[in-house]
Amino acid sequence: MAEGIRDKVAIIGMGCTRFGELWDKSHEDLMVEAYLEALADAGIETKDIDAAWQGGPEMTEVSTGHSAIPLSTALKLPFLPTTKVENMCASGSEALRAAAYAVAAGACDVALALGIEKLKDTGYGGLPEFSHVIAVGTKLRIVLANNTTPGLFGMMATRYFAKYGLSPQEGKTALAKISVKSHHNGSMCEKAHLKREITVDQAVNAPIIAWPLGLFDCCGVSDGSAAAIVCRADMAHKFRNDPVFIKSSQIAACSGEELMYTDYDYAHVESTTRAAARAYKEAGIADPRKEISMMEVHDCFSITELVTYEDLGISPRGKAKEDIDAGFFELNGQIPCQPDGGLKCFGHPIGASGLRMMYEMYKQLQGKAGPRQIKDPKIGLTHNLGGVPPRNVVAINIVGL
Amino acid sequence: MTGIVSFGAYIPRYRMSRKTITAAMGWYASAGVPGEKAVANYDEDSVTMAVAAGMNCLEETGSGSVEALYLATVNAPYKERQDAGIVAGALDLGTAVRTADFTDSTKAGTSALIAGCEAVKSGSVRKLVVCAADCRMGKPGSFEEANYGDGAAALLLGDSNVVATFQGSYSVTHDFMDRWRAEDEKFPHSSEDRWIRDEGYTKFINEAIAGLLAKYELTPKEIAKAVYPCLYPREHAAIGKSAGFAPEQIQQELLSSVGDCGAAHPLMMLVAALEEAKPGDRIVVASYGNGADAMFFEVTDEITKMKSRKGVKAGLGLRADLASYEKYLSFRGILPVEKGIRGETGPTQVPVLWRDRHEILGLYGSKCKKCNTPQYPSQRICVNPGCVAVDQMEPYRFADKKGRLFSYTGDSLAFSVSPPEMYGVIDFEGGGRYILDVTDSDPESLAVDMPVEMTFRRRYVDEMRGIYAYFWKATPVTA
Repeated sequence: MAEGIRDKVAIIGMGCTRFGELWDKSHEDLMVEAYLEALADAGIETKDIDAAWQGGPEMTEVSTGHSAIPLSTALKLPFLPTTKVENMCASGSEALRAAAYAVAAGACDVALALGIEKLKDTGYGGLPEFSHVIAVGTKLRIVLANNTTPGLFGMMATRYFAKYGLSPQEGKTALAKISVKSHHNGSMCEKAHLKREITVDQAVNAPIIAWPLGLFDCCGVSDGSAAAIVCRADMAHKFRNDPVFIKSSQIAACSGEELMYTDYDYAHVESTTRAAARAYKEAGIADPRKEISMMEVHDCFSITELVTYEDLGISPRGKAKEDIDAGFFELNGQIPCQPDGGLKCFGHPIGASGLRMMYEMYKQLQGKAGPRQIKDPKIGLTHNLGGVPPRNVVAINIVGL
Repeated sequence: MTGIVSFGAYIPRYRMSRKTITAAMGWYASAGVPGEKAVANYDEDSVTMAVAAGMNCLEETGSGSVEALYLATVNAPYKERQDAGIVAGALDLGTAVRTADFTDSTKAGTSALIAGCEAVKSGSVRKLVVCAADCRMGKPGSFEEANYGDGAAALLLGDSNVVATFQGSYSVTHDFMDRWRAEDEKFPHSSEDRWIRDEGYTKFINEAIAGLLAKYELTPKEIAKAVYPCLYPREHAAIGKSAGFAPEQIQQELLSSVGDCGAAHPLMMLVAALEEAKPGDRIVVASYGNGADAMFFEVTDEITKMKSRKGVKAGLGLRADLASYEKYLSFRGILPVEKGIRGETGPTQVPVLWRDRHEILGLYGSKCKKCNTPQYPSQRICVNPGCVAVDQMEPYRFADKKGRLFSYTGDSLAFSVSPPEMYGVIDFEGGGRYILDVTDSDPESLAVDMPVEMTFRRRYVDEMRGIYAYFWKATPVTA
C-alpha cells in the first residue's frame, strides 16, 4: 500500500449551516452561508484559495444544474479549478478527499470542499423517487425491486435479527436505544434539524415505514450545506493554533457481490469493513476500540449505525447490542457516537452530510462543542455511506490534533 | 395423430364474494349471481395470466421445441404491439416462433385451439401452445361486473405423446350483439339480458354441438364430457339436457367459483375435464361468443403417464379473500386513488427494454463456465470474487428456478397499488441472488428462508408513455 496522506493535510476552517426544512433558503444561500463561516473560521479570504470541490447535490442536481459552476458562481470564485464530485450520500466526504488529495499531492496549498443538498425542494417525503432521478440507471429501475432505502436497510435488520437470534422485539429495542441516544445528543445541538428527546417505547411503537424499521429508525430528510478549508500540514499553524490533521481518508465501493453472489450475509456492510481496514492502516490505528475517541457514523437508519459499530471493528460481530445496552456509544460512554445527533437528528442533506460529520469532529477536537463537548478527544472518525447495503460506497476519514 | 400433449391453467389468488359486490352496489343494482369470482391482482393482466398458465402447461415438457404460440383474449393490454410476442418472450420460446393474437370474441379461445390443431395436423408446425386469458371489466353495478372472473388456460398441441387427440370441429357464426366494445372503450355495452340468454346463449351452443355430433355421426351417449361455458347457471344445465346429455356428462361450471373468463372460459373448463379424464373418454368442448365453436377430443393412454395434472383444481384450492370492493376497483383503475408523486413513473427508455429483452422478459442472467456461478443480471466479468473470469459466460434462465427468501420487507414508503410494497433478497436454487418484488402474499406471512418461485407481472405502468413494464416477481411456493 502507498504511504497515504497521514498528517500531510490539515483542516483550518469549517462551516455548517443549520440543517432542516429550510423552505426560505436556496442552494446559493446555503453554500454562501457555509462558505463564509469556513472562511471566517480559517481567517482567510477567497483570494487565498487555490482550488475547490463541490460535493453533491446528488438527488437535487435537477434544481442546481450539473457541474461545479453553481458553486463557483455562488461564491464568485475567481476562475479557480473547481469540480463537482458525486458519490451518492458519500459526496461530502468525497469532496473533502479530493481537496485533501490535491493538497497532499502538492497541486495546491489551500483548497475548499463544500457539500450541498436541498432535498425539500423535491416535493417528496423521504428521499426522491429513484426512478425519477435515475439514481440506479434505467435497467436497474426495471429489473430491481420497487424499493426505497428504508426497505433495503430494513432487510438488513430482518437478516441481522435472524442471524443473531434476536426476536423482532429485542432487535427493535436495541435499534430504539440507538435513536434515543441520537435524539438526546441532537437536543443539545443548535444547528440540528430535530431537537426533541424521545423514549425507547416511542421508537419501538412508532408507525412502520419499512418492516422492521419504524419512523424513529429513519433519519431526517433535510436541506443544508457544510464546508471545509484544507491546507498543507506544514502551513497549518500559520492560520490557527488548533488545526485538525487528516490521519486517513479512504473509500470503498461495492464489487457487486453483495447484490448478486450468495456469500454476503446482508447483516453487515462489507464496504465499511474494507474502507475501515485501509483507514486504520493509513492512520496507524491498531485497536480502534481503544484508540478512537469519538465518531460520527452514517446512521441513515438505526440498523446502519448498529452494523457499523461491528463493521468498524469497535464491537465484536453480533455483539453490538451488548455495547448499546452498556451505553458504550452514549455521550458519556467510552466512544461517543453521533455527538451532534447524527443523520438521525442533525439531518441528512445528502451532499453535505460527510462534511457535517467532519464539522462535529473538528469542533470537538478543538473543544468548541458546547454542552455536548466530549472530554479531551484525540482521534475522531467519520463514516459516510452512499447507497444501500448490497450496493454502496463507503468513505471513512480519521482526524486528530 | 394430432392433439393435446399437455395442459395447464391459472386462477389468480384473490376471490371476491359476489355478496361483497352486492354490499357495495346493491343499493343501485344487484346481479344475483351466486358464489365468488376470481380477481387478478393489481399487477396482473391477460398477458401475465397467459404466461402463468403457459408455465403451468410447459412445466414438464419444457418450452424448447415449441414452434408457435397463439394467444386468445378479448382484453389484451396492447392494441398495437403483439401481446402473444410478450407471452412468447416470457415463456422463452426463442425467436424462430410463429405468434398470433386471437381476439374480439369470447370464442377466440376455441378459434385459436382449432387453428392450432389444424396447423399441427397440416405439418406446418410440430408443437404449438395456445394460451387463453381474460381479465375483463364490467361497470360498477353491472351484470358483467358480477359475472366476469379472471383466469387463464394453456394447451400444448403436438403430434406425439398426445393425451387427447383432436377429432374434429364445427363452427357457427352469428353477428349477435349481446355485448360489444368499440375501440377506446373500457367497458362493454350489453343488450337486454333475457334476450342474450334466450336468443343467443341457449341456442348457439346447442347449434354448434348438434352440428358437430351430426358431422361426425356421434350420439350424446358416446360423449364422456360436454364442456361449455356457464353464463347463467340454470340455462347451463338446460343446454346440456336439451342436447341429450345426462347431468353427469356435463362438465361442472366455473361461474360460481371463478366467473365467466371470456375467451379462456371454455379452455379452462376443458383443462378441468382433462384433469379427471380416463383413456377412451370423448370430450366435446364448445365456446360461446358471436356464434360458437365446437370441437371434440378423444383421451389416450398417454394421459396416465402425466406426472401431475394440476391446473384448475389446484388453482381453485389456492385462494385468498378480497374483502374490499374499493380495493378491487383500485386494482382495475376504476377508482382513481391518489398516487402522489412517488406513484409517477416514466419515461421508460424503450431501447433498454429491447437490448436487455432476454434479461427482462425471459429473466435470463449468465452462468460462469469457469466457476459455475449463476448471476443476474448477465455479467461480463464473473461476480464470484474468487473467480472474476472475463467473458466466460453462458446464458442462464432464472424464471424456472425456485429460491428462498433470504430477507424481506414490507415497505410503506414505496408506491404500490396494494401497499405495503413487498420485496426480498432471493437466493436461487443452484446459485444466484437478486432483489425482487414479492407478490401474491401478505407481509405478515413472509418469513426468512421461505421458499419462493418466479411469476411474470407488471412491474409498473408508465402512464406517460403508455407502457406496461413487465418483469418477474417472487411469490411464495404454493404447490
